[in-house]
Amino acid sequence: MNENLSVLGVFSLLSILAVGGGAAVLPETKALVIDSHHWLTEDQFRDIYGLGQVVPGPNMLMVMVIGYHVTGFLGALLAYLGFFLPAGAISLGASRLWDHFEGSPWRAALQRGMAPLVVGLMAAGAISIARTAIEGTMTVAIAIAVFLGVYFVKRVNPALLVLAGGLVGLVALG
Amino acid sequence: MSDPAAATPAPPPGGPVGLGEIFLTFLVIGATSFGGGVVAYLRNALVLQKGWLDEERFLSALEIAQALPGLNATNMAIIVGDRLRGILGAIIAFLGITLPGATLIMVLGVAYAANADNPYVNAALVGVGAAAVGMLAAVTLQIGRKQLGSLIDVAIILVTVGLVSFLHVSLVWVILTVGPAAVLIYRPRKGEAVEGEPT
Repeated sequence: MNENLSVLGVFSLLSILAVGGGAAVLPETKALVIDSHHWLTEDQFRDIYGLGQVVPGPNMLMVMVIGYHVTGFLGALLAYLGFFLPAGAISLGASRLWDHFEGSPWRAALQRGMAPLVVGLMAAGAISIARTAIEGTMTVAIAIAVFLGVYFVKRVNPALLVLAGGLVGLVALG
Repeated sequence: MSDPAAATPAPPPGGPVGLGEIFLTFLVIGATSFGGGVVAYLRNALVLQKGWLDEERFLSALEIAQALPGLNATNMAIIVGDRLRGILGAIIAFLGITLPGATLIMVLGVAYAANADNPYVNAALVGVGAAAVGMLAAVTLQIGRKQLGSLIDVAIILVTVGLVSFLHVSLVWVILTVGPAAVLIYRPRKGEAVEGEPT
């Protein structure tokens, strides 16, 4: 099968499944990109996910780098369109419909029920990344330090903490 | 939610917003927001600085963005762009919020592909990856903290994590089974006011 079509197909599927944002589809992304299609190794996936955390804006733009690794710049463009178009079209349609259900008790039930599912999916995403990114005491120490920084220090730019993690890695392991 | 006008997308005061201004506003958000904190940036720009949405409309757009597939940041851009200037506004807002990050990630991605075997690059990225785990865990706990007070919510969270992380059930099935079950648990009941907020 044409690899470009595979890229478009995989990321379109992930787009529709991304209930609760990018972290929620990380386990499925890993399964499809590493295990099913062998587009990346575990280490490459970890590296590219890390790159995605130091750029501004929506945090799943790293899908473009995955597409680039498969078929170059066309792959990057297809991953971008695949990952953002289907969910975007659903949002557009649903936002217009949503207001018609103003005050519907089912709307509240939907929100109330989906909230813990989203948290569970995000936690599973964190576990998924931890399985490839955490190896050895240095990585555990960096992860705990950044966790405490983001969670307890309110006015800190998380990207700076992630970059600091990279600097510590460079000094300690390089 | 009592404002009847909220049911129809109303143009903001001062006439329709220009497409160029929509693009520029979301471009700035896309270039300056980091690490899951995009909601704060959006609120600051759209509600406080531009006045395009009031708090209530902002929260209602956010509710939709969170309940649907896709990232909050891009969903919000599309929903707000649509409310300001229709489909064209949605496309412009989406391009604006993704363009800075997309450009930068491609620069980094191409540089990474050329230097993937460099030990210094690898050492730095091991640190970045570990830091990303810490950040994602913190953001998850910040969002999930209010669910931890409810036994039902904790049960739904644990079942979801167990299915995805330990039994490796495909995400399609997890969403199609746990999703409807969770909504049914919180289904509207006769003679009972539905609580929209977890305790």
